[in-house]
Amino acid sequence: MKVLVPVKRVIDYNVKARVKADQTGVDLANVKMSMNPFDEIAVEEAVRLKEGKEHHAAGTATEIVVVSIGVTQAQETIRTALAMGADRGVLIQSDTDLEPLAVAKLLKAVVEEEKPDLVLMGKQSIDGDNNAVGQMLAALLDWPQATFAGKLVIEGGKATVTREVDGGLQTIAAELPAVVTVDLRLNTPRYASLPNIMKAKKKEIAMKAVADYGVDVAPRLKVQKVTEPPKRAAGVKVESAAQLVETLKSAGVL
Amino acid sequence: MAVLVIADHDGSTVRDTTHKTVTAARALGGDVDLLVVGQDARAVADAAAKIDGVRKVLLAEGAGLGKALAEAVEATVLSLAEGYDAILAPATTDGKNYAPRIAARLDVAPISDIVEVVAPDTFVRPIYAGNALETIQSSDAKKVITVRSTAFAAAGEGGSASVETVAGGEAPKTTFVGEEMVKSDRPELGAAKIVVSGGRALGSAEEFHAVMDPLADKLGAAVGASRAAVDAGYAPNDYQVGQTGKVVAPQLYIAIGISGAIQHLAGMKDSKVIVAINKDPDAPIFQVADYGLVADYKTAVPELMAALG
Repeated sequence: MKVLVPVKRVIDYNVKARVKADQTGVDLANVKMSMNPFDEIAVEEAVRLKEGKEHHAAGTATEIVVVSIGVTQAQETIRTALAMGADRGVLIQSDTDLEPLAVAKLLKAVVEEEKPDLVLMGKQSIDGDNNAVGQMLAALLDWPQATFAGKLVIEGGKATVTREVDGGLQTIAAELPAVVTVDLRLNTPRYASLPNIMKAKKKEIAMKAVADYGVDVAPRLKVQKVTEPPKRAAGVKVESAAQLVETLKSAGVL
Repeated sequence: MAVLVIADHDGSTVRDTTHKTVTAARALGGDVDLLVVGQDARAVADAAAKIDGVRKVLLAEGAGLGKALAEAVEATVLSLAEGYDAILAPATTDGKNYAPRIAARLDVAPISDIVEVVAPDTFVRPIYAGNALETIQSSDAKKVITVRSTAFAAAGEGGSASVETVAGGEAPKTTFVGEEMVKSDRPELGAAKIVVSGGRALGSAEEFHAVMDPLADKLGAAVGASRAAVDAGYAPNDYQVGQTGKVVAPQLYIAIGISGAIQHLAGMKDSKVIVAINKDPDAPIFQVADYGLVADYKTAVPELMAALG
């Protein structure tokens, strides 16, 4: 089974995003960038499908292709995935930040070229927070989808996925080929070992341009402004639980 | 202008998130219709018909429609889409699951998780885990939008819309296998007036429930948890409050043993009153708390229980 894992280079999740003074966006100059954490989980699961870790049979995945769309430095993000165990990468270079619809259309073109049996990807990127590309890709391909995966079993030509939904867990089975988007608790991604980081340097990354795919990536949304959320002022300290209850009662919330 | 709202329901009642999404839909202007997709969902449709400002309720019923599978909801909505300028759904896990699918089929950019309607084509939504708000204007003729329900007031009841039956879609390549829903007599986390949340400081699943459950019951509150507490296995995943979990905005939010990571604050900072109990006086949670108590939860919670009487 061939697995395609789309990954995105985003602001590191430990860095607090700061809004630019001119309200045109978030300041990413000299900010640490990393692989989107949900994508890291997707890469890890794909590698486990190949290695036969946990409940997966060894060789469930035979080839793992990682694709990223972004600036030249997104090669580093692909290298990280290759060091974790993916086999090769594709970078579609774009200096502008593409919208989810455009990304889904480009990924559809990659899927048609690579013909994977499974697309495994993060449920959302922690910059745009759209939570949309996986679902859109599935729709454009007319494939079934299983989003927010907390557990994945590949068996009998199906992906059986336990989904983290409001109120609990839901399990569905989707016929392959399918798109599965992953949630936080699917696995804990590994740190790449030094030998694997060295090996990853020799793995192939195909460099492509958006124009190579002939899809319409024109933006549909215009960002009018990006602002800071209203700040909450710090309140007062109370001395005891009794005083707290008294205060809450007089504030009318108890 | 006509707007279609996809209702959120549990098979027998309409969830509050639907009422709030109707409010967002009304802010776009024009007629608002509600779509109920389900199995034996006539009662849901009848209840939905009472929501103020709804022109009519469309009911798509079918044996395969009970679990809101994305492909089935997508197919149902697509057959109705022509008559609408905007399609709205609450940003629940169901709404987030099917809305982008619908948008892709209609070749429009989905607009996720809006917190404000500025104009019928302009919306505000949080990005970067709530650390920034973007105002975006859509150039698509049809809009597909998910709504962060905590940002909108619930539409009232008193209407008497008609109920029409429409054809339901199918999910030919997906099958429902099973579900494990957490059963609780407590209010739902997203809709509760009071939420008590526990963090990693509680140390174990036993301690988490021993401390949080009696307090929640005394206050008639829902129980939440920080991501750290959920990741450590102290609380089930659907307790998680935060950008990657649930976003809540109750009248009163009590954080116990929660340090206040950015991720967590993004999920609760719109609460009306925030109380923090933490033994670390420098915990970031105190920067957003209206009332802070610097104390170990082990002594503070029993004292709180006693003070509540």
